[in-house]
Amino acid sequence: MKTEQQSVESLVGGEYKYGFITDIEADAVPPGLNEDVIRLISAKKNEPAFMLDWRLAAYRHWLTMKEPTWANVHYPPIDYQQIVYYSAPKTQTGPKSLEDVDPELLKTYEKLGIPLQERQLLAGVAVDAVFDSVSVATTFKDKLKSLGIIFGSFSEAVQEHPELVQKWLGTVVPVTDNFFASLNSAVFTDGSFCYVPPGVRCPMELSTYFRINAAKTGQFERTLIIADKGAYVSYLEGCTAPMRDENQLHAAVVELVALEGATIKYSTVQNWYPGDKEGKGGIYNFVTKRGKCAGFRSKISWTQVETGSAITWKYPSCILQGDESVGEFYSVALTNHRQQADTGTKMIHIGKNTKSTIVSKGISAGFGQNTYRGAVKVLKNAENARNYSQCDSMLLGDRCGAHTFPYIDVANPTATVEHEASTSKIGEDQIFYFQSRGLSKEDAVNMIVNGFCKEVFRELPMEFAVEAQKLLGVSLEGSVG
Amino acid sequence: MSLLEIKNLHASVGGNAILKGVDLTVAAGEVHAIMGPNGSGKSTLAQVLAGRESYEVTEGSVTYDGHDLLDLDPEDRARAGVFLAFQYPVEIPGVSNVYFLRAALNAVRSQRGEDELDPIDFLAYVREKLKVVEMDESFLQRSVNEGFSGGEKKRNEIFQMAVLDPKLAILDETDSGLDIDALKIVAAGVNAMRDPKRSMIVVTHYQRLLEYIVPDRVHVLADGKIVRSGDKSLALELEKKGYAWLEEGVAR
Repeated sequence: MKTEQQSVESLVGGEYKYGFITDIEADAVPPGLNEDVIRLISAKKNEPAFMLDWRLAAYRHWLTMKEPTWANVHYPPIDYQQIVYYSAPKTQTGPKSLEDVDPELLKTYEKLGIPLQERQLLAGVAVDAVFDSVSVATTFKDKLKSLGIIFGSFSEAVQEHPELVQKWLGTVVPVTDNFFASLNSAVFTDGSFCYVPPGVRCPMELSTYFRINAAKTGQFERTLIIADKGAYVSYLEGCTAPMRDENQLHAAVVELVALEGATIKYSTVQNWYPGDKEGKGGIYNFVTKRGKCAGFRSKISWTQVETGSAITWKYPSCILQGDESVGEFYSVALTNHRQQADTGTKMIHIGKNTKSTIVSKGISAGFGQNTYRGAVKVLKNAENARNYSQCDSMLLGDRCGAHTFPYIDVANPTATVEHEASTSKIGEDQIFYFQSRGLSKEDAVNMIVNGFCKEVFRELPMEFAVEAQKLLGVSLEGSVG
Repeated sequence: MSLLEIKNLHASVGGNAILKGVDLTVAAGEVHAIMGPNGSGKSTLAQVLAGRESYEVTEGSVTYDGHDLLDLDPEDRARAGVFLAFQYPVEIPGVSNVYFLRAALNAVRSQRGEDELDPIDFLAYVREKLKVVEMDESFLQRSVNEGFSGGEKKRNEIFQMAVLDPKLAILDETDSGLDIDALKIVAAGVNAMRDPKRSMIVVTHYQRLLEYIVPDRVHVLADGKIVRSGDKSLALELEKKGYAWLEEGVAR
């Protein structure tokens, strides 16, 4: 616990600290995108034919699409021909153990506080570390393997379990889904894959750390998690990125499939580089995350704490197809300085007696703009569907903004849909009250904000909750004067 | 020896002068009452002593326990033992009383060079203090002042005072909005905390509170100045005659 605590502290202490760039020779293709680049990516990854066909189909569809403009975010146009679509560390043969891993990479992980040694076992975390689009080291695989759980990089899964990939890839987010998802489908280089067999409860929190490194490399991650009948898995995703003076596009896709009686819990603490105080640099985080509750009584729960990125565009959603399936979305999104976030969820009720819960907490400070956009859709056959949405905004200062766009579309009269919303401000009188009891302004803001986010934090695994709390504190530093 | 010495204190809010030369000395262990009509500057004085930034001190000095009080940030004043019981306690949704108070107590304790209390020791400590204001333990888990009745809020202030154990307690109209039973509980709590090492300033509009908290000195504040000081009999005189005769005195 002690070392874990320390690593958490070093991870969130002070200003954004992860502005170092690891000096590793990158094996990159020239910037730009065409079918040849996609063929090259597929060839370099030694993919079976179905993958190439799938990528090309996505690319051809993408060419017909327009970048969406409906989100409440503003940024200069992205030149997709200036992006490098493939970059991998030179060490290509695949490490057999930690000794085979490039020491430069290991140093980077150390700086990030990612535990790669034995103590991970004690911490109960298996890390599939994604670095510059290629998975470098995967731990605890043997332990998981003995339970029949497949957990590793996406490329490995393509090599070792092509039948599973072919069966499930794109079943939740099809290649035609949206502009960024189609682009991702065409060019993604790696990501994580997890399959939990029927009746197996994954004994540890599975965890992936993402990191953007080589300059101008768009990061296109692909994650696919399948929980077979009666299985349970809890998955953690956390990000940090190096300081950059240029905007970087991050267009990931995450697909979850829960079969009958299965539960998937997906937690994210997102701390991409948000740009400096003037809004320069920072990551564009345009992500498609969707889960399908395919079976009877399946459950998918999204929890996210979004403090990073210059722009966040993200709607982790649930398709509640199985009868009595449950979808949950718990979110804290914080925007400070010039950050913009347009985030929320979609709950699509298809099956009977399906239930969804949405708890969204938006915090705006500085010039930050925070938008909640959520859709609750109850289809015709979804008898007795129930949704509860709670959507709270908090403002610090008077130059930031909070916006709420709830869309409710009900086609079955037996549905119960509730929506509650509130907006509050941290008042000078509240801060003075804390001060008059011996607590500093920073303590006051931290305690008020953490209190505001409590309902979301308690959905996070313990160590993640601690990290998230501190992250909020760091992200809000200097927001009260 | 005096704990608090206020000399020629002038303060304004939004450019309007409210305090116009307050002089006041409070010795350790004494209870002083400050009375006066609405708008005379009673609450302003309380807020200025606690360090509210929107109140600007334009002239004068305040010495507390040998320090220049006006030089300290509000939280440093609190850590040094100054406590303000608010006239209108603020609601803090989402932050539980127990969490808030432990953070506050530990801030004060670390200033005093004492160890921080862990949650278990803290709970044992606050349970004792709850008795002072006859409050139920469920109170601890509720968010600070959120949804509290007026009386509960005031009792919570006195409870916080008991927990933080200040050297100088300023009670700003703690009696307002209290029924007689709640008033008695609050007064008993305050009286239980009277101590030769603790001074109190009780700000009130009415003499009623002073029947229960008997002051050593009574001062009358009118138009930003202390116009009269005396012992507890002054409060009774005010009750009889009202404030008008004093204001006439000022005008003359």
